[in-house]
Amino acid sequence: MLTLIGIAVIVVGFALRLNPLAVVVAAGLATGVAAGLSPLAVVAALGKAFNTNRYVSVIWVVLPVIGLLERHGLQERARGLIAGIGAATPGRLLTVYLVFRQITAALGLIAIAGQAQTIRPLVAPMAEAAAERQRPLTGADRQRLRAMAAATDNVGVFFGEDIFLAVASILLIKGFLEVNGIVVSPFGLSVWAIPTAIAALLVHGFRLWRLDRSFK
Amino acid sequence: MFAVFAVRGLRDRSNPKRLGNAVFWGLMALSFLGGDRIGDLGNGMIVIALAVLAGAGALGRGRQVVDREAQQAAAARHGNWLFAAALIIPAVALIGTFALPGSGLVDPKQVTLVSLGLGVVIAFAVCLAWLRPRPLESLEGGRSMIDSVGWAAALPQALAALGAVFALAGVGAVVGGLIAPMLPHGVRLAAVIAYTVGMAGFTMVLGNAFAAFPVMTAAIGLPILVNGLGGNPAPICALGMLSGFCGTLMTPMAANFNIVPATLLELDDRYGVIKAQFMTALPILAVNTALMDWLAFR
Repeated sequence: MLTLIGIAVIVVGFALRLNPLAVVVAAGLATGVAAGLSPLAVVAALGKAFNTNRYVSVIWVVLPVIGLLERHGLQERARGLIAGIGAATPGRLLTVYLVFRQITAALGLIAIAGQAQTIRPLVAPMAEAAAERQRPLTGADRQRLRAMAAATDNVGVFFGEDIFLAVASILLIKGFLEVNGIVVSPFGLSVWAIPTAIAALLVHGFRLWRLDRSFK
Repeated sequence: MFAVFAVRGLRDRSNPKRLGNAVFWGLMALSFLGGDRIGDLGNGMIVIALAVLAGAGALGRGRQVVDREAQQAAAARHGNWLFAAALIIPAVALIGTFALPGSGLVDPKQVTLVSLGLGVVIAFAVCLAWLRPRPLESLEGGRSMIDSVGWAAALPQALAALGAVFALAGVGAVVGGLIAPMLPHGVRLAAVIAYTVGMAGFTMVLGNAFAAFPVMTAAIGLPILVNGLGGNPAPICALGMLSGFCGTLMTPMAANFNIVPATLLELDDRYGVIKAQFMTALPILAVNTALMDWLAFR
């Protein structure tokens, strides 16, 4: 029972609006100590996992390049390009991006696009430019378009990547089942991600279609 | 990998304005460059120090002056070549992902990340040669972006560490012991819903479906759905993980997907991205539940 204290720490910490990084580390310490581990052992376990998961933070290396290009007008150019295409609407643009992201993620190409690499410098400004062609935008419109662009990237990756055999989540499932005496092949797992991928395309595509209607 | 870490470390230590930022990014750089040498306890100390700095509000962000007119003038001058430069990174990542595994030079599992790092190095070199920025300007743009992201940059790693501690402490067995008695015996749909909604809910608490999966599958997935009701483990686990992803779309704890983009895109509402995702995540969660009930028990 006491081992659940970590979950309580997270919920309370969030309710009090404390800094999430501090809350997460505190929850880890509390859980470890409650489970009867020595404090130093808990700190070491946290450190070990933090170190082996460094790869998740590698994405930040793209920021200097994007920052430099933005200083030389990348976003303005993206807006200008879309403004010149007649058929572009924010919904169509984001639907094309959604399909692109799902397909490339299903092929294992997860890191080729993303919030920092493509959404901020290219896709969000393009969506704004496309909407601007239909009517003048308020500040709230821009915020909504940007949020939808970011959401489209997440939906595309999440419901595309599991079709790829060697993605971390598939390997995690395979490893977990093996420990429990059940052997499955990565392919046997990843085919079950296809129906959900199609459902995600339909659901989010419908919402993007509705987004377009709101700008008519 | 080390080329990637070196570039990152160099950038992290790039002359931040405030002491808190400097220590924070310095520690991140230390973790990246020397994390394999300083031992588990040393890394743990870094984690604690990062959390204390963030919790104490020691991180600030400098005032950013954006010269829009200069940007527009530059956009007109450089034209569409700016896209070519921006696309160098994904293009190299794409080519490298296919070309490098045969070379035997890099670990196949890390090949996309290595290619990404390579793309960054090439793109950076091209930009330096072409745009000829002032020496500090090149690092300044990236630094102001990472400062606006702030502590959230370290959160995904910290969450992964939390999941490891949860696994070590056996949280899954405890949760299973709590939930199992509450389910009506033999009612399949109720058990399926408990698993999919439980995955989404637990992912929202932990910020990470990877951390929630072992907990919920040990609690409900294996003992009840597979062993109790004779379900097929492959679709149950695959759809369970995807239900967790629905949770990821709805939680501020998944900072790198939901909070960081809000700051990158300069949204006023830091929960704006989550709000945009809610009405996509809930229908997909319902679809996952129906699919599991339909596909896993034939």
